[in-house]
Amino acid sequence: MDVGIVSYGAYVPRYRIKPEEIGKIWGVDGKGMGKGLMIFEKSVPSPDEDVVTIATEAARNMMARVPEVDPQDIGAVYVGSESHPYAVKPTSTIVAESIEATPAMTAADLEFACKAGTAGIQACMGLVGSGMVRYGVAVGADTSQGAPGDALEYSASAGGAAFLIGSEGIIARIDKTASFTTDTPDFWRREGQPYPLHGGRFTGEPAYFRHIISAAKMLMKEMGTEPGDYQHAVFHQPNGKFPTRVAKQLGFSDEQIKFGLLTPNIGNTYSGAVPLGLANILDNAVPGDRIFVTSYGSGAGSDAFDITVTDAIEDYKRDNAPTLDKVLADPVYIDYGMYAKFMGKILMSE
Amino acid sequence: MASVAKEWREIPGRYNLRGTKCGSCGKVFFPSRSFCPVCRRESIGKVEDYKLDRHGEVYSFSVVHEAPESCSMLKPYAVVMVRNRDGVLLSGQMVDVDVDAIEIGMPVRAVLRKLDADGLAGVIHYGFKFTPDL
Ligand SMILES: [Zn+2]
Repeated sequence: MDVGIVSYGAYVPRYRIKPEEIGKIWGVDGKGMGKGLMIFEKSVPSPDEDVVTIATEAARNMMARVPEVDPQDIGAVYVGSESHPYAVKPTSTIVAESIEATPAMTAADLEFACKAGTAGIQACMGLVGSGMVRYGVAVGADTSQGAPGDALEYSASAGGAAFLIGSEGIIARIDKTASFTTDTPDFWRREGQPYPLHGGRFTGEPAYFRHIISAAKMLMKEMGTEPGDYQHAVFHQPNGKFPTRVAKQLGFSDEQIKFGLLTPNIGNTYSGAVPLGLANILDNAVPGDRIFVTSYGSGAGSDAFDITVTDAIEDYKRDNAPTLDKVLADPVYIDYGMYAKFMGKILMSE
Repeated sequence: MASVAKEWREIPGRYNLRGTKCGSCGKVFFPSRSFCPVCRRESIGKVEDYKLDRHGEVYSFSVVHEAPESCSMLKPYAVVMVRNRDGVLLSGQMVDVDVDAIEIGMPVRAVLRKLDADGLAGVIHYGFKFTPDL
C-alpha cells in the first residue's frame, strides 16, 4: 500500500524583525551577523499567537484543501514542537478540536528539538501503513526564543506546517524514510528554563552535519538514488548557511534547494523549518517531481524522506488556502522595543 | 474551577463557530439557540447544529484605547462586527492589522488566537479573532 501526503497547510506570523535592529540594541554589527548566518529577517509571533494557534492555522489550511475528507476519519494527531504552551496539557488536543477531528482518535505532543514534526510524519506513516488509522495529522510548529543578545536571538522565529498522511488521494507518495539518531548534547533546554543553551562550535560538524549527511546517504543508498535524481531538496535550516553547505557536500545544487530554503526570509522556525520548506516545495511542484527531505533535531537525530509527487496534485484544491507566497507577502516590520514586548522579554508587574 | 467548566462548554462556538440553524425558517444563530424566536413552537425539534463560515466582511468597528488587562499587550486594537457569508453578525477583536487601515467592507477571516490566560499558572483561553483575509 502506498502511503503519503494527502494534503498540507502552512502558516507564518505576519511580523518581522531584521538582524540590524537586534544588533543595534546589543552594540554588535547585526547586519554583518545576519549576512554571516544568511538570515535577513525573521518572523515574530503576535502576543496572542503560540504553537497552538500556529499549528491550528496550518492544520485548518490543510483541511480546507481537501473538503472531501471528513475530519472524523482522522485517527491520530501529533504536534511536534519545543515550545508547547503548556508543560502538561497537550497542544494536539486543542489542534484536533479546532479541526473537529475529536473524539475517536489518538493524539500526543512530540518533542525532538527541530525534528519533532518529521517524527510525527513517520508515526503517521506507520499508523496508516498498518491500517490502524485512515488518516493521520502531523504538525511541526514552534515559537522559539533565543536569550537576549545570544546568537540565537538573530535566528529563532515562529511558524509551522501540517500534513495529512493517508493512503487515498495521495498528492505526494513517501517512497521511503530513514533516520540516524545518537546521543549528542549540542543544544538543550532544561525544564523551567526560559532559554536554551548550545555547545557553540560543537553544534556544527559532529551534530548538524554528521546526522544530516548520515541519514541522507543511508536513504539514497537504500533507494539506489543520487542527488541528480531529485528536482527538489530541503534540509533543516537553523540559518541559511548550514543547509546551503550541507546540500553542496551531498552533491545537491542551489537550484534544487531553492524552494525549500525559507530561513533567509523568516528565520529558524525550528520544528516548523523542514515542514515549511516542504510545504513551499509542494506549492511549486508538478507531477513526477522527486523531493529529498532531511530534517535535523539537536540531541540529536535526522529523518530523511524520499517523496514523489503524483498526478493527483493536478486536481488538488491548493487554492482553497493561501500558498506560502501569499502567507509571506506583506510582512509588518517591528523594532526591538515592540519585539521585546511581543516576546514577553519585558518584566511586568503582577 | 466553575469558569473552566463554563469555558469548556463554549469550545465548539469559540474554536469552530458552531452555532445552530432553524430547520423551519433557515435562520442561523450564534451563539447557539435551541428555540427560534421567529417560528417559535414551529421550531421545536427542528433547530440543528450548524457550522458558520469563517469568512466575512467588516460591518462596523471601533478602536479600543483603554483595554482590559488581558488585552493590554495589543492596544490600541479594534473590535469589529463582521457580517459572515451566512449573513450572521459576529463580533470579536481584529488583529494583525494597523487599526487605521480597517475599513467597512474589508474582507476578514476568523482565526484561533489566545484570548487571555488565568495568570502564569492557569488555563489559557483560546477563541476566534479576526484578521484581514488573504
Ligand atoms: Zn425559524
